[in-house]
Amino acid sequence: MADTTIRPAARATTEAPWVRIALTLATLALAGVLLIAPLAVVFAEALREGPAASLAALAEPDARAAIRLTVLVAAIAVPLNAVIGLAAAWAIAKFDFRGKAVLISLIDLPFSVSPVVAGLALVLLYGVNGALGPWLQAHDLKIVFAFPGILLATLFITFPFVARELIPVMAEQGRAEEEAALTLGASGWHMFRTVTLPNVRWALLYGVLLCNARAMGEFGAVAVISGKIRGQTTTMPVMIEMLYNEYLTAAAFSMAALLAALALLTLALKSFLEWRHADLLAATRRH
Amino acid sequence: MHIEIDEIAKDFGGTRALHPVSLSIPSGAMVSLLGPSGSGKTTLLRIIAGLESPSSGRVLLDGRDATGTPVQKRGAGFVFQSYALFRHMTVAENVAYGLKARSRRLRPTRGEIARRVARLLDLIQLPDIGARYPSQLSGGQRQRVALARALATEPRMLLLDEPFGALDARVRKDLRTGLREIHDATGLTTVFVTHDQGEALGLADRIAVMSMGRLEQVGTRQDVLSRPATPFVQAFIQEMT
Repeated sequence: MADTTIRPAARATTEAPWVRIALTLATLALAGVLLIAPLAVVFAEALREGPAASLAALAEPDARAAIRLTVLVAAIAVPLNAVIGLAAAWAIAKFDFRGKAVLISLIDLPFSVSPVVAGLALVLLYGVNGALGPWLQAHDLKIVFAFPGILLATLFITFPFVARELIPVMAEQGRAEEEAALTLGASGWHMFRTVTLPNVRWALLYGVLLCNARAMGEFGAVAVISGKIRGQTTTMPVMIEMLYNEYLTAAAFSMAALLAALALLTLALKSFLEWRHADLLAATRRH
Repeated sequence: MHIEIDEIAKDFGGTRALHPVSLSIPSGAMVSLLGPSGSGKTTLLRIIAGLESPSSGRVLLDGRDATGTPVQKRGAGFVFQSYALFRHMTVAENVAYGLKARSRRLRPTRGEIARRVARLLDLIQLPDIGARYPSQLSGGQRQRVALARALATEPRMLLLDEPFGALDARVRKDLRTGLREIHDATGLTTVFVTHDQGEALGLADRIAVMSMGRLEQVGTRQDVLSRPATPFVQAFIQEMT
């Protein structure tokens, strides 16, 4: 590297070294303060009374019920929204039809409405005094303050993630490859499996991971519709807030650390998959 | 295969892309649909392939009404303007796609598919690129792979949409010769769309000149050059020089 000291040609397009170093340091400082410090504090606080105390707090029956409920809700909501999001994105990106603009706005609705408002809306719709309340009661169906309500709220909040990731990718790719598959004799389903889906698999994976993170972490809408019945309708985020309000700090932070760890796990999974398939990713992205 | 276009018209929303057009393409011919952009030539090609359905009129293939036949059953090899190679598959997988898409009963064995892929890559004179991805090929190579992929299913007609549009002049000349040779060797009815007068006159047996969704003239190179049927054809052919 000794002979690279004088390179005027390279200078023309890059910033001076002190600018680059200053920018890098500023970015690192911001990431540290805004992203890493809060996360580190959560884990430190959770382990303050030792790992044994944390694990004991998580082993409480109510805590275990909250973890089970959160995982179950995500396990149902994420696949459902992946399928619905995929269908919506495909229709929007590849076809022209009446009402398309309305559909695009509808997909964004959960992003623009406050989750608390969404939760309240569900209570107003399905609650005892709500529009569908008497009918539901007559048929002995319980939605508000029960599992179906929590699932509905989570489905509503996490609906946009998959579709939003897929629409720009699908729109950019266009229909030509799909049409090529059809002229080569592929059925619609075969085309979908072998061309449409593989072409968007990274965007789909990313959307699913974001969807999953939000499904597990959603607080506002779930807090309203769940009724916060301990051991029955409390998800992990709701449980964390309850424990914190009761000054059970160690238990609250243990649960928070577990929730954060689940989120970090999905992030790590994504990075691992990108690293494993780096070659194919490079080959398919540029074109 | 004999292609008969009988009073085909096409509307998109309120606008008419094709006025009723009739055209007979004899079996084994090489016909060019020539016209400026917006003349309806690509729409007509897509209707023959079954990628678009006409608003009225019929498409007859070997005398049988194929207007309602789905695209998969038309037996058309189609080369798209941007080639539309499957970006996540290797060249060999691209060429084999149509054979693997067949139902189990009609699908050749794995060894037979590999042999056919190798033979097609030889035919397009790119025998060693089977393991590469489309993004690793030049424009001319992609075009030839698209041609091999379209030929793999042994189609009854070959349809090409601006097949040489995005290539530089020298590559274009080579590929033109290549296409002509493949056509003469297989005897496949071939229809290609182009806006390039020289390409149409140099390559096709018969030329169908189109403008504004109408067929202006159908004829041989001699007909179009020496007896232009309309003022448009005269002006459009003269534009070349």
